[in-house]
Amino acid sequence: MTLFEAIYVTPPALTAQAPILVVAGPLIGASAAALSPGARTAWMVSVLTAAFALWMSVAVVTEVAREGVVDYALGGFAPPLGIALRIDALGATLALLIASVGLLGALYSGHALSSEVYPGKHGLFQAGYLLCLAGFLGLVFTGDAFNAFVFLEVSSIGTYALVAVGEARDRRALPAAFNYLIFGTVGATFYVLGVGFLYGATGTLNLVDMSVRLAALGDNFAVQAGLAFIVAGLGVKAAIFPLHGWLPGAYAGAPSLVSVFLAATATKSAIYLIVRFVFDVFPTGGFGQTFLALIVAPLAAAAAIVCSVQAIFEKEVRRILAFSSVAQVGFIMLGISLATTGGLSAGVFYLVAHALMKGALFMGVGALAISVKARTVEEFYGLGREAPWSAAAFAVGAASLAGVPLTMGFLAKWSLIAGALEAGALWVVATLAVGSLLTLVYVGRLLEAMFFRAPLPGATRAHEAPFGVLVPLLVMAGLSVWFGVDSSLPESLSRASATGLIGSAR
Amino acid sequence: MNFVVTHFNYLAVIVLMMTGLYVLFATGNLIKRMIGLALFQTSTALLYISLGKVAGGTAAIKIYPDSPEAQALAAQLDPAYVAQFGVSGVVYSNPLPHVLILTAIVVGVATLAVGLSIAVRIREAYGTIEADEIEAVRAREPGE
Amino acid sequence: MNAIALEASFALNVALLLMLVAIAAAIAWTRSLVAAILLMGVYSLASAVWLVVMDAADVAFTEAVVGAGVSTVVLLGATLLVRPGPVRVDWRRAIAPAVLVVGVGALLVLAVSGLASFGDPSSPANAHVGRSYLVETPNDIGIPNVVTAVLASYRGFDTLGETVVIFAAGIGVALMLGFGPRSSLPQPPVQPGEHHVVLRVTARLLIPLIILFAFYVLFHGDLGAGGGFQAGVILAVAPILHALVFGLHATTAAIPAGFVRGVAALGVLVFAGVGVVCMANGGGFLDYDRLFMPRVEAMIPPGLLGDPTHSHNWGQHFGILLVEVGVLLTVSSTMVTIFYGFAGRATHDVGSAR
Repeated sequence: MTLFEAIYVTPPALTAQAPILVVAGPLIGASAAALSPGARTAWMVSVLTAAFALWMSVAVVTEVAREGVVDYALGGFAPPLGIALRIDALGATLALLIASVGLLGALYSGHALSSEVYPGKHGLFQAGYLLCLAGFLGLVFTGDAFNAFVFLEVSSIGTYALVAVGEARDRRALPAAFNYLIFGTVGATFYVLGVGFLYGATGTLNLVDMSVRLAALGDNFAVQAGLAFIVAGLGVKAAIFPLHGWLPGAYAGAPSLVSVFLAATATKSAIYLIVRFVFDVFPTGGFGQTFLALIVAPLAAAAAIVCSVQAIFEKEVRRILAFSSVAQVGFIMLGISLATTGGLSAGVFYLVAHALMKGALFMGVGALAISVKARTVEEFYGLGREAPWSAAAFAVGAASLAGVPLTMGFLAKWSLIAGALEAGALWVVATLAVGSLLTLVYVGRLLEAMFFRAPLPGATRAHEAPFGVLVPLLVMAGLSVWFGVDSSLPESLSRASATGLIGSAR
Repeated sequence: MNFVVTHFNYLAVIVLMMTGLYVLFATGNLIKRMIGLALFQTSTALLYISLGKVAGGTAAIKIYPDSPEAQALAAQLDPAYVAQFGVSGVVYSNPLPHVLILTAIVVGVATLAVGLSIAVRIREAYGTIEADEIEAVRAREPGE
Repeated sequence: MNAIALEASFALNVALLLMLVAIAAAIAWTRSLVAAILLMGVYSLASAVWLVVMDAADVAFTEAVVGAGVSTVVLLGATLLVRPGPVRVDWRRAIAPAVLVVGVGALLVLAVSGLASFGDPSSPANAHVGRSYLVETPNDIGIPNVVTAVLASYRGFDTLGETVVIFAAGIGVALMLGFGPRSSLPQPPVQPGEHHVVLRVTARLLIPLIILFAFYVLFHGDLGAGGGFQAGVILAVAPILHALVFGLHATTAAIPAGFVRGVAALGVLVFAGVGVVCMANGGGFLDYDRLFMPRVEAMIPPGLLGDPTHSHNWGQHFGILLVEVGVLLTVSSTMVTIFYGFAGRATHDVGSAR
């Protein structure tokens, strides 16, 4: 992170408050968006708020690069009496990712919404969007176990409603949103149950205090069950196989902007919290990592293979991308469950890479869907010629997903395999190889449909997406290529995250 | 047997949680599912409150040491116990779980409201709120 | 541990828990949806009583108001709109959940064995941070109700999140169900209040009393059970009662839906605004000790709360009051928004006879 150490983006007084401004900014922006008179004003509020959040996130990243860890006590009370924010390299990386995607999504929403959401509801939609953004950012910054639940629910409740709004385009969004709500709430309640057990055993909710007390406690059924329920609950949110049932319907039915945001941030923040509990709160090398290795890793491997196969047989593009996401989350969890610096670093790198490439893919589908239905693979025939720019961006995302050299996806897969070899886990390497081959199949299908097939007779002719939609789309796709060529930025961030977690002796 | 007495609350809460979870998964009716979910969520709250109860304690609202209430409470308890576990002469129950559960109850009702509004829209769009009937409608029109 | 105090309330505790288990079993068994909803209301009320036995006065108040009150209303409202038949029972469908539930339950019983005994004052949960709040509140904050002190000050950030959750739910319901009576619906020819004099007069008497009580609960939250959430829900009952008696159109004419949504956003802004003011004055976010600038604080008359010799943490007192007002605004307006959403969706006006 030496890249960031010398950069100062804010005056010192503001830098000290940057951690809370990252979260409070979108909260205030959401209220302003709800009060905005028209769709245009609401959109401006959304973009300005997201830009502010990004600016503050960069400030926090620079501060973390200099200090290692940034602490912020809320209410002026030191933890464990008060709630504290605690940001290390991993948290800063995720905040940067979420805020960047948030801004790109806000820009994208200017035109994309009008084709998918009823006009009178744009103000409320933007408010909901900013609340989700605030929720994820708060989740990633907090140092308190129950506060994490509150922000998890802030983001989730907004998400359920935003997914359901997609019913204007596809009424299946409604049962999908209901399903998502049920799964998500059960997951959150399991999380609360787990935190309850940990509280019963340690007497505190602050993560640092908890880790100190857990180290002194040793083996205890309540503590172990606590972790199991926490991982299970967060596993639902992260769509870890077999708790992923809500994901395909939700991604397929939601408005494109919401799918972009969900794919890039929702599952990632849940994975963040799992990593935080397993590697930070629980003692190093103890029950947490055993649990990951024995239970989560096989499930992740199953996800990587089974869901890639399911993606191959799906007929709708959004559902293909959705099953692909579950498979990719499997890849990420495989890297993390290796529990080595290399494995964890590779997992975080893959997480960032996946967020960017899935974001580009869903944005691309949305851009194409402005002019044509673009639902099934058949409706994708010939779009490469009719809407070249959108299709090109989609193709870049797809190539990254398949792991074509010069894309970030290639480097991500490479570092995962390197990490697995280093840890001596050959079965992980085999799983990755098989999963990647399967990914090539469905990605190839999509690209072939777009570029090498003539459009179906009688199909509406597509045209290029408007400028306002194209710019964020191309930026998102461009990032996958930029980081594929020069990955120093994400690479240094992932390395720092991993060493920060595993290197800490507790 | 002693375990059942000392941990009775927790066991009862487990039964309640599992009943809620069962209702949630065993029924296809969307509204009954929300009821099961609400049951599951509020039962988790009961676990936290049970953790926070202190034997002989009272609600965490300050009672002045010389007041009649304080003296009435102290009369019921062993003075050494009050000295060790009380704060300014009165034994209170732990306030932290109460705060957490206040938040959890509110989050629960928020989820309930959003879930029910989605269920109403499903009824309008599909004509039913039974999960298998919705599946049947979707199976009949795959490419809607 | 003192056996006497433990036994009397323990017997009551066991009895209430067994009652809850019986009600839960009845909910699982019944085939009528309305019966299940009403049983859920009874369950909430019984758990409110249990909460009082457990010394959780604030939580009992909230559970009674939110659980037995709001949840039942929203569930009945949804059922009215959906008009379902009896719930279908399919025994084959129930096997997998039953197995899952027994398995998870067994795991939980094992887990619970690692927790301290019920009522143990020296357990980690009760001896550490929980106890510190009891000890530190008189010095740091100075209000009698420790739960409000923790909720609004020590863990005020959590409460901000909770307020935002309520706000998000209001947005969600508004996105799903719209904003009030559909303008295409005709006004019913006769309002119910025209026929039922008793309803009309009683409602007119009760509504101002309800509003007064809501504000009482708000201001009293520092001293006893109460606070912004409970007060917000009670305040929302007033417009709801008005709509039930005088018709939804009359209520939305008096309190438009857009205004209500604006108030919800305003509540969040008030809460976050207090935090920002504290930051601007040199403290941290929500650091109420820095709410007032020193010269402003010096202007507060020392005898404001009755005892001029006793020093007060004015920042904390006013900070807590302001954030509770913010919570009241958001909670009450969101409950009204939710009611408008469900009621406005009905094909007939809510108040008319069917």
